Amino acid sequence: MTLWLMAGLLFTPLAWAVLTLLTDFSRGRLVSWAGILVQVLVSLGLWLAVARDGGFYYGLGGWDAPLGIELRVDGLAVTFVLLTAVVAGACGLHAGAYIDPDKPWHRYFWPLFWFLWSGLNAVWLGGDLFNLYVGLELISLSAVGLVALGGQAGALRASLRYLLAALLGSLAYLLGVALIYGQFGTLSIAGVATWLSDHPVPSGSGMALALMIAGLALKTALFPLHRWLPPAHGIAKSPVSALLSALVVKASFYIAARLWLELGQPIGSLAAAQLIGLLGSAAVVWGSWLACRQQRLKQVVAYSSVAQIGYLFLLFPLTFSVSETVSLQAQQGMTLQVISHALAKAAMFLAAGNLILSVGSNRVDALAGVSRFLPFSLFSFGLAGVSLMSLPPSGGFAAKWLLLQASLGSGQWWWVLVLLAGGLLSAAYIFRIYRASFLESSGTDQFFHPSRSLEVIPLILAMLALGLGLASDQVLTVMALPFEGEGAP
Amino acid sequence: MTAPLLYALAGALLCGLGLFGLLCLSHLLRKLLAFNVMGSGVFLVMVGLPQHQGGPDPVPQALVLTGIVVAIAATALAVVLIRRYYHLSGLTTLDAEPTSREGGQE
Repeated sequence: MTLWLMAGLLFTPLAWAVLTLLTDFSRGRLVSWAGILVQVLVSLGLWLAVARDGGFYYGLGGWDAPLGIELRVDGLAVTFVLLTAVVAGACGLHAGAYIDPDKPWHRYFWPLFWFLWSGLNAVWLGGDLFNLYVGLELISLSAVGLVALGGQAGALRASLRYLLAALLGSLAYLLGVALIYGQFGTLSIAGVATWLSDHPVPSGSGMALALMIAGLALKTALFPLHRWLPPAHGIAKSPVSALLSALVVKASFYIAARLWLELGQPIGSLAAAQLIGLLGSAAVVWGSWLACRQQRLKQVVAYSSVAQIGYLFLLFPLTFSVSETVSLQAQQGMTLQVISHALAKAAMFLAAGNLILSVGSNRVDALAGVSRFLPFSLFSFGLAGVSLMSLPPSGGFAAKWLLLQASLGSGQWWWVLVLLAGGLLSAAYIFRIYRASFLESSGTDQFFHPSRSLEVIPLILAMLALGLGLASDQVLTVMALPFEGEGAP
Repeated sequence: MTAPLLYALAGALLCGLGLFGLLCLSHLLRKLLAFNVMGSGVFLVMVGLPQHQGGPDPVPQALVLTGIVVAIAATALAVVLIRRYYHLSGLTTLDAEPTSREGGQE
């Protein structure tokens, strides 16, 4: 049974990518909706199977490591697979109605969308460093293509900046992988960790880890390497921005986090952990501050992503040289933050897309009066904002509560200040949008009404982000499931 | 100095050159070439450094083949984007601002 589920999970996105390459946008949409249905069902089935029986190793095509590709199917990975299915599925449905099918170059949306999806699944499940690299590149190249889909000079400029940053990040990561292989003779993260537990740490392996994490931080847009992100996420089509902010930046962060959790304790140092935490805090404050000052609606949301990504990097100091319980709290907080930010930010970008479609301008002050005409989208925007501001009972609140407990438990109280400042600043930029939308200016009363389906999708995502806080216990138990390490590590 | 170390150092040197080019050159095609130089450096480290019982190790050679395919795909995508960008804006660098600025003040 799990064999079929795995086959379905890995095969569908690639098959659909090739299939949709052969059709135009409208027919590709029908084909893709069927594919989204299959993918959501398969992900749900796999999640249930792992929740019942625990995780396992899966050798692709019956070939085991080191020659074959070995996938690590554990609770955390299937949770992210399911999250990808939900968010990407919602973005796919939204894009089908949002993107103009008459422009000929838009037919490439579906193939890129499916390649992106397959890359994401490869990263969540990948167990060795090199296949993670291939997955990352698949994601970056399709994401750059999706940004360039706008077709204007500005979109190409943003996508070129994005491409150069992503390629530099990948090469730094790959150089780290080469050094790790040269040192340890294995590519599996678990293999390196096992080797390190029996041997003394060889000198110079810190550099390999530093290179890999620096490359991944560039791809995740950690402050001060964040400058490529706002133009790219701001100028892309709204469903694309939602995909990029919700899932793509999380993929590189996920690899960095797994590297740190396995290798950080033996190879890393306290100074490095604190430095990364400090950069994350700077991202929270600086990103939120810039979000308050942007003139364009989608730029506000994009800078808010820079800030929210900053929280994720608090994982590094909060899991280094701390007790088992604190480390577990920090990991759970990080996971909830990834999930709640993915849902809330996707909802926010999709709702922002609807608002822009309705007023015909991407400026914040053009929103004046929109509250009378588009309360539904504005409501979704606000609900997503509740999760970003981390008010109870949202998923964002549960995440930050766990991070808060972890910082107090480890005696690193200074991160609490960051959590508080970040919450207040995010309230500031969200209320700014609200203020603009309730102003009654002398402007026109000409508002375009997007179709109902465009408005329902962000609402559902925002509701999920809000409800995550109530269901966080169930989500966290699946991630902590026992893992049967039957394959060769 | 042993042969593997020589390869690794040459690779590191190429990486440094490529990195310098990627950051300091402004013409987009030059940036792309610098990326390729840097990529070759990484591949050289990857093939040269690991040794398997005194001889070359086959696993990284297989990996580098995949890496080259990925690098070619990335280069092709970049060339297409640069060409289209040039057609639309007449610019070959990212330094000069096009008429409307997207990012807002940073």
